[in-house]
Amino acid sequence: MPRPSYARLFRTTTFRLTLVYLALFLASVLTILGLIYWFTAGYAARQTNATIAAEIAGLHEQYQRRGLVGLADVVADRAREPRTAGIYLLASPRFQPIAGNLQEWPKVEPDANGWMNFGISGTHAEDGQEHPARAIAFTLPGGYRLLVGRDMREHQIYQERVIASLGWSLLLTVVLGVLGGVLISRHMMHRLEAVNALTRKIMSGDLHERVGIRGAGDEFDELARNLNAMLDQIEHLMASMRHVTENVAHDLRTPLTRLRSRLELALLDSEADADDYRTVLQATIAEADRLLTVFGALMSIAETEAGTVHAPFAPVRLGSLARSMVELYEVVAEEKGMRLETAIDGDPAVSGNDQLLSQALANLLDNAIKYAPEGSRITVAVAPAVGGTGPRLTVTDAGPGIPEADRDRVLQRFVRLESSRSTPGNGLGLSLVAAVARLHRARLTLEDARPGLKVSLVFPAETGGKSDRREAAGISVPA
Amino acid sequence: MKLLVIEDDREAAAYMVKGLKESGHVVDHAADGTQGLFMAGSENYDVLIVDRMLPGRDGLSLIEVLRATGITTPILILSALGSVDDRVRGLRSGGDDYLTKPYAFSELLARVEALGRRAAANAPATRLEVGDLVMDLLTRTVRRAGKPIDLLPREFQLLEYLMRHAGSVVTRTMLLEGVWDYHFDPQTNVIDVHIARLRQKVDRDFDPPMIHTIRGAGYCLRA
Repeated sequence: MPRPSYARLFRTTTFRLTLVYLALFLASVLTILGLIYWFTAGYAARQTNATIAAEIAGLHEQYQRRGLVGLADVVADRAREPRTAGIYLLASPRFQPIAGNLQEWPKVEPDANGWMNFGISGTHAEDGQEHPARAIAFTLPGGYRLLVGRDMREHQIYQERVIASLGWSLLLTVVLGVLGGVLISRHMMHRLEAVNALTRKIMSGDLHERVGIRGAGDEFDELARNLNAMLDQIEHLMASMRHVTENVAHDLRTPLTRLRSRLELALLDSEADADDYRTVLQATIAEADRLLTVFGALMSIAETEAGTVHAPFAPVRLGSLARSMVELYEVVAEEKGMRLETAIDGDPAVSGNDQLLSQALANLLDNAIKYAPEGSRITVAVAPAVGGTGPRLTVTDAGPGIPEADRDRVLQRFVRLESSRSTPGNGLGLSLVAAVARLHRARLTLEDARPGLKVSLVFPAETGGKSDRREAAGISVPA
Repeated sequence: MKLLVIEDDREAAAYMVKGLKESGHVVDHAADGTQGLFMAGSENYDVLIVDRMLPGRDGLSLIEVLRATGITTPILILSALGSVDDRVRGLRSGGDDYLTKPYAFSELLARVEALGRRAAANAPATRLEVGDLVMDLLTRTVRRAGKPIDLLPREFQLLEYLMRHAGSVVTRTMLLEGVWDYHFDPQTNVIDVHIARLRQKVDRDFDPPMIHTIRGAGYCLRA
């Protein structure tokens, strides 16, 4: 199996589907990551604001109770707390620091809500780096100014971590998505390629190959099974065609050779007179007629099997059909000292072609009369639909029957059992019956009538029989 | 009878023309559809024998044109296509009979002659008479030389067919189609047995025999 090139990979439907899927997947992952950010980093920021607001509330209370001096005390106390993240500064109206842990009033303009973002360094930041800070400023009565805020270093680190991990997650998602897409589409392509490779092999004439089934029960297995079933059917048809061709060659060539040599001999015979020639010609015509019969029978089978009988199926009354055919054959049976009896129960209708069904019954009667012993009884029975099975047409004779092992074989073209070599016939009768049965989705069964042969055509039940014509009825030979 | 054979295969046509001429008919030949249409339209023929697949103009469309222009000459279609469906389409296009290749010449001749006498054969009659054999179609009774002959319904139909085609050869296939409406050939010659039965009733006690076997062709009823 050729390795699929990557240029081809990008053209495959599965890969394109994977890309679309990846885009959708990314969109949803981005939404989720956004939510995560909102709930983590965003929450921390909101938490900072809430803390500052609480501090302001506390300081405000102190100011209410103890005035500016009390406020300055509290600010100084809080600013002295070790390693506090809080930033406090009480300043004079001219921004001269009075108390707090900021050296000077930050030189930034507050935003519309009074928030200021600035950098702090020096004593407050122990690591010596500049830390981001966020604070809110008030002007107290008398022009004094109060600033309350937080060192945002911790928050910043946390936010950076969150963003970094979200970024990595996104990257990983894309990588995994692309990788998965490539793997999935390559896997699909491999399985499709297997089917393609098989079709190429078949096109080049190797009909024995089959697609491997993994047993996963998925669509590919179903495709493989259907393909294999199709190939089996094709192989069967090819084999039967080959069989037929060989037999046609044999069964037509032999009489043609006989015919030819008969004519040749007649020409060679120098003493032949007009009467001799006439005899030879008549024999020749009889031979040609036999050939035509074989040819006609073969054509009928071929047309029936190919389903080229397009004349639409119409309801056919089995009882009437059987009576009419029995009436035609009754006299023939009587001539041979047999009794042709009927056991017709009702007049069930089946959907079919009356000519073909008549011909099938005629062939069965031909056979019965040919093989059954003198004085025996042949019965044609028609039974209406019972339960799950449709109407049934049965011909029973008291002849030698067909050995169980040969029952499958006799349905093939040109097959004649050793025991019947001496009787006239071309070995096509039952083949046509089988073909007609298949066309009508009827089950053809050969059974032992002890003694004799019982041939039944069991038609499909009406329900469901119309909806599904695709499935050809099988021919089964019960043990 | 005056016949027109429209057939493109020269050899098949020559053989057919020779055979039909030897059987006492006047035969013309057209090698393609266009010429055939022209000849069929300009001359008065009793029966047209039309090959289904023709160069120039297809056999079926030729028949449709002839029928459309009001020419009712009986037509026998010859075709290599023999399925039930092909046959139905052939007859639907306006053909009167259908014969699948390869055929026996005797079959062709019998069918052509039957078609030629078709007008007479299909005439709504109440009474058929051949020699001393009389069939009353209303009372469904048959008499020969005044003596009643008792026939089963199918035997009656068989004899009616033979009497309607009295004097010409009818083949076994024609009988199977005309009397039983089966369009296939059974392996055994069931028709022979039926004819033998009919003979028992029509010919055994009378002289001369009327139902004759024509070797290699079929049967003929004549006085």
